[in-house]
Amino acid sequence: MSPGAAAVLAGMGPRLSRRALLGTGAAAATTLALAGCAPPEPPTGGAPELKLPEDLSDSEKVLKWANWTAYLDVNEKSGKYPTLEGFMKQTGIEVTYSEDIEDNDSYFAKVGPQLRAGQSIDRDIITMTDWMSARIIREQLCQPLELAQMPNVVSNLLQPLKDVPFDPGRNYSVTWQSGFAGIGYNKDKVGRELKTLDDLWAEDLKGRVVVLSEYRDTAALVMQSQGVDITSGWGKAEFENAIELIEQKIEDGYIRKVKGNSYLEDLTSGNALAGITWSGDIFILAYDTGDPSWTFAIPESGGTLWSDNMMVPITSTHRSNAQQLMDYYYDPAVAAEVAAYVNYVCPVEGAQAEMEKIDPELAKSPWIFPTAEFIADKNIQSFRALEPDEDIEYADLWSSRVMGN
Amino acid sequence: MSALAHVAGDPAVDPAAPAPETRKRSWTAYLLLLPGVLWLGVFFLLPLVQLAAVSLQSRYPGFPGYYYSDVNFSNYAAALTDYAPHFARSFVYAGLATLFAFLISYPLAYAMAFKAGRWRNLMLICVIAPFFTSFILRTFAWSQILADEGWVVGVLSFLHLLPGGSIINTPVAVVAGLTYNFLPFMVLPIYASLERADPRVIEAGGDLYANGITTFRTVTLPMSMPGVLAGTLLTFIPAAGDFVNMELLGPQRGKMVGNVINDQFLAVPGGYPVAAALSFTLMTAILVMVFLYVRRFGTEELV
Repeated sequence: MSPGAAAVLAGMGPRLSRRALLGTGAAAATTLALAGCAPPEPPTGGAPELKLPEDLSDSEKVLKWANWTAYLDVNEKSGKYPTLEGFMKQTGIEVTYSEDIEDNDSYFAKVGPQLRAGQSIDRDIITMTDWMSARIIREQLCQPLELAQMPNVVSNLLQPLKDVPFDPGRNYSVTWQSGFAGIGYNKDKVGRELKTLDDLWAEDLKGRVVVLSEYRDTAALVMQSQGVDITSGWGKAEFENAIELIEQKIEDGYIRKVKGNSYLEDLTSGNALAGITWSGDIFILAYDTGDPSWTFAIPESGGTLWSDNMMVPITSTHRSNAQQLMDYYYDPAVAAEVAAYVNYVCPVEGAQAEMEKIDPELAKSPWIFPTAEFIADKNIQSFRALEPDEDIEYADLWSSRVMGN
Repeated sequence: MSALAHVAGDPAVDPAAPAPETRKRSWTAYLLLLPGVLWLGVFFLLPLVQLAAVSLQSRYPGFPGYYYSDVNFSNYAAALTDYAPHFARSFVYAGLATLFAFLISYPLAYAMAFKAGRWRNLMLICVIAPFFTSFILRTFAWSQILADEGWVVGVLSFLHLLPGGSIINTPVAVVAGLTYNFLPFMVLPIYASLERADPRVIEAGGDLYANGITTFRTVTLPMSMPGVLAGTLLTFIPAAGDFVNMELLGPQRGKMVGNVINDQFLAVPGGYPVAAALSFTLMTAILVMVFLYVRRFGTEELV
């Protein structure tokens, strides 16, 4: 996106809210019932003043954190989260952890209108993928963070993540984990290795394949298999080619379901044996089910790399507590403990050395501590940022032709 | 019907009832209506107006998720053209579910009303019991029970009764789920109207030399029609708008209109107007169908 457009978008957030428009809708409908009208001029202008709610962290030692499924170390028996328990003991802050997020779109569609209207969403940290973080920051729906309060983050955030395009200098978001999208499958039940994306469309796997509802993963992997460089220089035609293939595979019964994080249930119940999945989920699945034949692989044509970021919603009154938690998880020892469980890419410098103490095997895992050569070798790329117009258009295409039909 | 009611001595239509004191009574009646009217006004009428307004809005070009007020009927055009198959599917699935629910419920309600004896209350509790667990949880449980590696599919596959190899993620599972979920709404009204029926009227059928089938056809069934009508409406209307069964039990292709509305609201940035137009169209279509249905089969007692 051009810097101009970014400025425009940044300017409009608080002024023209969806809620406000909806609110006037009823009244407007009567006045407008007689005549249609042309689109009003889009709002332009300088940076608005950001109104932050009062931080009640000193008096209220609580924190509510919305995250994705299988994304934090958990003790299966007690149902408690060991690192989180450690944080609560250390700081006295009572943390409520909830696996609220099924996918970016559906979560933000729920909380977005509330945030725009300045209402509380009853969460102090939300965890969103890069592109959604970009949208939230652009709309000024999250609070600026005080890096000075988070020395661990400042010193231990991996160098390449310090200056991401959507949040230069990391003033609004802190990486939670990064991960890959690729092929996840049960090697024993499939009976062979799946090396390319086309291997998923095999007769004996018909109806036993699930794919992710995030098009930045599923469509991206298909585009890569069609020879497209997803990092830049592609447009609607390439995207539609990918949709066409996915649509065809659904039509012919190869793809059973297109799902958010709940695809794990289909793999667990045996409805699906393979799919386009996220890396860490498959390692956790292998651990949880005690079945080491669950395998994750990057297709030969390439996979994607993304990050999820912790952000403080604009209406949260516990920013300082949230920052303490972010800082806590950037302690290399804590980060290593989380990584040893979730098996996602760890964004914390020094966690690899700590991991040596926990599990030397995992410290060598390229899925947790990938090297630049590994990324290049496997052709792992990031989906290019979309202009707002493209964002709508592609989401529309995806929704009407893949998600629901 | 009213003739039968006379025979049964229904007090509601007793001609000997005193004429009501009109003036004072009607005042009290309006006062008593007030909370209901207020409730409907605030929680039904206002949102309806709001929905109508949203259904005519346009997307703000270039700003995902923002709208401006407009009179944009293309939302309705999209709802009717792009999603016609979804409407059709919703009505067919809901219709099938209603039919199956009726076929299961009638004998059940009949048994409860006339044959259950001291088991009647227990049977009633069993019909109502599912309401003690959340609708979503129960549907989710079915998705586990009917899973590919579950025992139901295992047994059926072993008996070579399942050519496709799975139940879950098929239209069959969706219709089964809808039937299951709305069954109590069919059983209870039918039971209520059968239970009210005077057994002497049915005995009279026998006295007049009608055999069992004829008595059922000409006496019992007509007497239970208000319950059947209420049951079919209570099943069909929510089933036509349901999206949970399709989401949890259904296939990826061939969604119902409820799923499209859900997707437009939640997954498409800027999908609110089309979602609102779809909701409105669905509501109108159901209203028209219910109107025709009630005109054709309706009884005075219900309408």
